[in-house]
Amino acid sequence: MSLAAQLIDLLAALLLLMAFAMLAQRRLMALIGLFAFQGALLAASTAVVAWSTGQAHLWWSAGLTALLKAVVLPLVLRRLAVRLAVARDVEPLVNVPTTLLVGIALVVVAFDLALPMAELAGTITRGTLGIAMACVLLSLLMMITRRRAIAQVIGFLSLENGLFFAATGATYGMPMVVELGIALDVLVGVLVFGIFFFRIRETFDSLDVEHLEKLGDRG
Amino acid sequence: MSLLLLLVLPLAGAALLALRGERPEAAAVNAIFAGAGLACAAGLALKVVAGGPLVAFGEQFHLDAFNVFLVVLTAFVGFTTALFSRPYMRTEADRERIGARGLRLYHAMYQLFLFTMQLALTTNNLGILWVAMEGATLATVLLVSLYRTPASLEAAWKYFLLCGVGIAQALFGTILLYLAAEKALGAGGTALLWTHLAAVKSGLEPGVLAIAFVFLLTGYGTKVGLVPLHNWLPDAHAEGPTPISAVLSGLLLNVALYAVVRGKVLVDGALGTPLAGRLMMGFGLLTVVVAALFLVRQRDVKRLFAWSSIEHMGLITFAFGMGGAVASFAALLHMTVHSLTKSAIFFAAGHAAQKAGTQAMDGIRGLVSRSPAVGWGLLLGTLAILGVPPFGVFTAEFMILTTAMGRQPWAAPVLLLALGVAFAAVFGRVQAMVFGEPTGEPLKHRPLTAPVFVHLAIVLLLGLWIPPWIAAWYRQAASMLG
Repeated sequence: MSLAAQLIDLLAALLLLMAFAMLAQRRLMALIGLFAFQGALLAASTAVVAWSTGQAHLWWSAGLTALLKAVVLPLVLRRLAVRLAVARDVEPLVNVPTTLLVGIALVVVAFDLALPMAELAGTITRGTLGIAMACVLLSLLMMITRRRAIAQVIGFLSLENGLFFAATGATYGMPMVVELGIALDVLVGVLVFGIFFFRIRETFDSLDVEHLEKLGDRG
Repeated sequence: MSLLLLLVLPLAGAALLALRGERPEAAAVNAIFAGAGLACAAGLALKVVAGGPLVAFGEQFHLDAFNVFLVVLTAFVGFTTALFSRPYMRTEADRERIGARGLRLYHAMYQLFLFTMQLALTTNNLGILWVAMEGATLATVLLVSLYRTPASLEAAWKYFLLCGVGIAQALFGTILLYLAAEKALGAGGTALLWTHLAAVKSGLEPGVLAIAFVFLLTGYGTKVGLVPLHNWLPDAHAEGPTPISAVLSGLLLNVALYAVVRGKVLVDGALGTPLAGRLMMGFGLLTVVVAALFLVRQRDVKRLFAWSSIEHMGLITFAFGMGGAVASFAALLHMTVHSLTKSAIFFAAGHAAQKAGTQAMDGIRGLVSRSPAVGWGLLLGTLAILGVPPFGVFTAEFMILTTAMGRQPWAAPVLLLALGVAFAAVFGRVQAMVFGEPTGEPLKHRPLTAPVFVHLAIVLLLGLWIPPWIAAWYRQAASMLG
């Protein structure tokens, strides 16, 4: 196994670890830190793929990821948390052990799902497709278990990270124009989320999503 | 040239209205930009219908009979909704439900939304299609919470998260599609171009494409409003301003379904089995049945018609799933007439709710005696959407049902029963709103009911007699869909 492949496997394993750590982290600031670290890992793995395969556009992609996911978004989230005065917030999470066990089951499912696809991909990184899918599923789980709006959004962004990792793992990255478009959408999305946080807090005096469960068709 | 204008005009409009959108003439400017877009769309359609499919700007854009028909429909409904929104939003502003900043946001985002719709339709790049669909969510989500009420915030939050997760699945589907395409077309820019993919579709790896389609269907299906991914739809339609309900139902759902159908064509080519069609039929049938049952228990007029949109999108998805010349033709026709009828209904229902001061159907009474145009518009629109002949919805539903009887006999009675339940549920409600003792007060700004009747007249015309050139156009599009 080449050095590059080993490095990518290491980074992939760390990414998965981050996903688990985020699942269990109650403190908002620490969660943002973990998210930034995940972004940095993603950028590093993209850079390794770029270096080992000589795909020039992947360097751009790695730089963009590093800038956006490891620096800009965490900073924006941090500022939002400070301005919303929730920086010291500790989220009451019930049943962390159960959540982690469900997470392990999801990882197994993800690997099983990724098997046939990984066989087709001719990339050196194809073994990581399972990990990418596992990250996606763990992020979904995080969105379901969290009660705070900001934590849900971090789950959503981490899902995006998982998808990006899948894209580099399976195909050496999407065409540049598409990647730029996706980055733009993510950036605008976070700004819109930010506006939302303020509107939600203004209206409900808290960022707990339990206030957002009143509508329905119960008659 | 008209393609460039079609995309640049709404962007320019958005920039202009973001700066000056609170001024009294902004609503007219909004309508003028939308109208100019319609002119461009018509020009494009003439070119494509006469000269066949075309690609432009280094193959990044692609127009054929299928998407150009949606381009025209989108531009048309975008234009009439902008006309309707003028008196509607003025009344809202008078009642202080929305301030100057809100109006700026509303007008700018309206144009931006039209831009994302036209970009999604005309792009040849499936990745850009995804970016545009996500952009459409971003453009409309702040409009859903425009009134800043607790309910509207909840609706917008749900819309944002559910569609965000849904669209993320569609991105994964797109990545898988690219993975398969790379094998056939080589890495780089062309592997996500639809025209290139369609040319080599039979050579794409079937296993990967099948999984990719499942992700595309659930992803874009969330935006179509397919059960069980529909949860955001009634809330977003009910809590946002009515012009937005009209364009969500009339444009966004169609364009999302367009994305699914584009995916289906590729998967069918690669698999050579009816897997994609069967999945769409299953989702479609489930959607129709569940929506019919939920229609019965609605109390809010906009929620009622939002559920009716879910029902119709289910039916159209089912028809595309069946495939074949007749079913695809019917599905395209149904897309057209549903879009026109549903936006007309929202125009009428919006004015009715404004007049009564409530969206609760129990609070809306006697529309015909107080404001005949709104009342008759709502009644005729409802009859049309319920599939009463001779309106075009009847023609489309009749074609879908007869095809289903021949090809999928198990599904036909279920569909028929669901349509029956929906008829009983909706008609009873609307009849009570239209007749009876009037409530509410007259509106200061005269409601603009011309768009309602123009839409309904077109729907009626399509029901009585489809002009041969339109029929030929639909047939051409249907033949591409297989």
